[in-house]
Amino acid sequence: MRLEYTERQNKFREEIRGWLATHVPKQPLTSFDTEAGFAAHRDWEAKLFEGRWSAVTWPKQYGGRGCDLIEWLIFEEEYWRANAPLRVNQNGVFLLAPTLMEYGTDEQKARFLPRMASGQDIWAQGWSEPGAGSDMAAIRSKAVRNGDHYVINGQKTWSTRAVWADWLFGMFRTDPESSRHHGLTFILMPLNLPGITIRPIKQLNGLPGFAEIFFDDVRVPVENRLGDEGAGWSVAMATAGFERGLMLRSPARFQQTARNLVDLYRRHRDVADADPGIREAVLKSWMDAEAYTLATYRTASRLGKGAKIGAEASTNKIFWSELDLLMHETALRILGPLGELMPEAPDAGDAAHWLDGFLFAQAGPIYAGTNEIQRNIIAERMLGLPRS
Amino acid sequence: MDFTFEDQQLAFRDAIHKFLMVEAAPEMLREIWETTRTGRSAELRAKLADQGLTALSVPEAFGGIGLGDLDWVLVHQELGYFAIPDSLTDSAYLAVYLLNHLPADVTLKREWLPRIASGNARIAIGHPVNPLVADAELADLLLLWHNDEIHALTRDQVQCTFNASVDLSRRLYKLKWTPSSATRICPARQGRALWSELLDRAALAASAQLLGLAQRMLDLGVDHAAQRKQFGKPVGSFQAVKHHFADVAVKVEFAEPVIHRAAYAVAEDDPRQALYVSHAKLAAGEAARLAARKSIQAHGAMGYTWEADLQMYMKRAWALDSAWGDAKFHKSRIDRAILASDALLGPGASFSTSN
Repeated sequence: MRLEYTERQNKFREEIRGWLATHVPKQPLTSFDTEAGFAAHRDWEAKLFEGRWSAVTWPKQYGGRGCDLIEWLIFEEEYWRANAPLRVNQNGVFLLAPTLMEYGTDEQKARFLPRMASGQDIWAQGWSEPGAGSDMAAIRSKAVRNGDHYVINGQKTWSTRAVWADWLFGMFRTDPESSRHHGLTFILMPLNLPGITIRPIKQLNGLPGFAEIFFDDVRVPVENRLGDEGAGWSVAMATAGFERGLMLRSPARFQQTARNLVDLYRRHRDVADADPGIREAVLKSWMDAEAYTLATYRTASRLGKGAKIGAEASTNKIFWSELDLLMHETALRILGPLGELMPEAPDAGDAAHWLDGFLFAQAGPIYAGTNEIQRNIIAERMLGLPRS
Repeated sequence: MDFTFEDQQLAFRDAIHKFLMVEAAPEMLREIWETTRTGRSAELRAKLADQGLTALSVPEAFGGIGLGDLDWVLVHQELGYFAIPDSLTDSAYLAVYLLNHLPADVTLKREWLPRIASGNARIAIGHPVNPLVADAELADLLLLWHNDEIHALTRDQVQCTFNASVDLSRRLYKLKWTPSSATRICPARQGRALWSELLDRAALAASAQLLGLAQRMLDLGVDHAAQRKQFGKPVGSFQAVKHHFADVAVKVEFAEPVIHRAAYAVAEDDPRQALYVSHAKLAAGEAARLAARKSIQAHGAMGYTWEADLQMYMKRAWALDSAWGDAKFHKSRIDRAILASDALLGPGASFSTSN
């Protein structure tokens, strides 16, 4: 055990800190759930790519730096510390890319990864369907093989950022006789193909952060399939399962929120201490953000030594999503009657971004597998309890 | 940056686990609990010594193995998991720390360190954070706080009044004794720092044991829920029961690295050691309390009986949760550190940046 950064790691930190100090926009960008904000975030991805900072863990040949997970954590710490823009392409860079690296052909990697790293292609996910939420194996959207194409019919929903995204990755049923997690295939497609209709869905904050996607005889070339036909479930599940869990929400994000919460409490201490529960919640927020960070460093160290991480990755999702709720609820308790003010309200002051975060925190225990599903996974795969 | 233990440390931990699995079955604990006056077994102590546990941090020059806080933290998790009823921590970890840091000319050190290493000494520690002293009656030597001074007394120099604990494996005593220049072995000037270091190590040891206890209570609950059938199915197949256990697993998973960082900070003399130890104590206490609550719930009425083994682990957890600094004490230390105007917070502040 050695809980100090090496000289090399410190140098890496200095390098990214310096670059961010000169490049992070002085004014925060508009939300990427607006058309203009989406374009501005795409430009930011291009700028990151120019500095070779858009996908630091990727191999150099695709625009990355070949960083290990500890360096990735350092990068994220500096990124959040600098209040740099949210990553509009995180579905691509953090979720699809590890799958592509493992299952993609050389051709597919060369075709998709550099354009993803530079923000030329922004990716959306197509998993959920009206009848397949927590029960993802209930997917019904069909891809029927016709020569060198698949013909796709059906509907996807809750597709984050699909309103303005360029490409979609998702799972489709290629074997009409199959059921559950058999006969599914992982397919990539541009969202401007004939037969695709995208209907925006407003999220809790009133912006169209989701979309429903309708497929009506959409023709997708067979070379857009990732992995084997019928192997979609294992491609989606087996790949870097943990890295996804790790990269979905880096601890730096929560450490930054915890620090902001401590600052908020200090500034409003005279009123906040009237509710004795607030101080305890502030301290608890610091402790849990710290615990999440330490657990992630431990996991990154284990993975660096070749370990495989199993069902305990499901504990992550529960821990950070509940922490995120705690921190934002506590901030609103401190802000009291100002907490309800929308960002554009003239007297919102620093209340506005807390309300935004509070609304977003409501989604945490739901998306990427609800916390109830995660608890089932922990109980059955980690603790060995019988299936119901 | 490497947040993993050495293979050698893990192998030692595994060996201790296997040893205690055989030697410290619940029936043995129960026997010591219910039948012995002192709550201690000479036979168990001899076996612990055979495994090298009494010699763990005694320097090699005094007949020990010379290992450190990181080795101890893993051992303490195992001692917690098996709820070992022995004064091993006080004698072989805490007293060794104090004795070892006394000035070289203190004869006490030369006399007692080898005895501890060989398993032939029980030492009790009196610190003002605890109103009572554990294992005073059976102690061969008592190291007691008095205005930051360290005093060393033999058993006949103190009057002990037994106070029963909910955890029958604990033997707590109120002490009456008279400090004098003859009993004083270290002045306050040096004693203050030693007591402060000792308190952090004691709280760390309690944290690691609480974490081990949490894991044990989780395992006992899961075993019960997998066996016990109602409505024709194991109760552990019901989601409501599963989710209780999943919540405990989450707490344990995120408490462990907190405890390991505290151990590293103590071993490396990190300036934030006190903060990290207090965090460890709170995280471990929370995990253990939740494990107790959820495990008794999963046990049903059986969990509320004297007969179920769970009670021994629960009671030890409840007792240790407030030993060596209760939640009030440790929260106030965190409060002071985190709300200080110059507190180092946020991304990148979890570890020292020097190397």
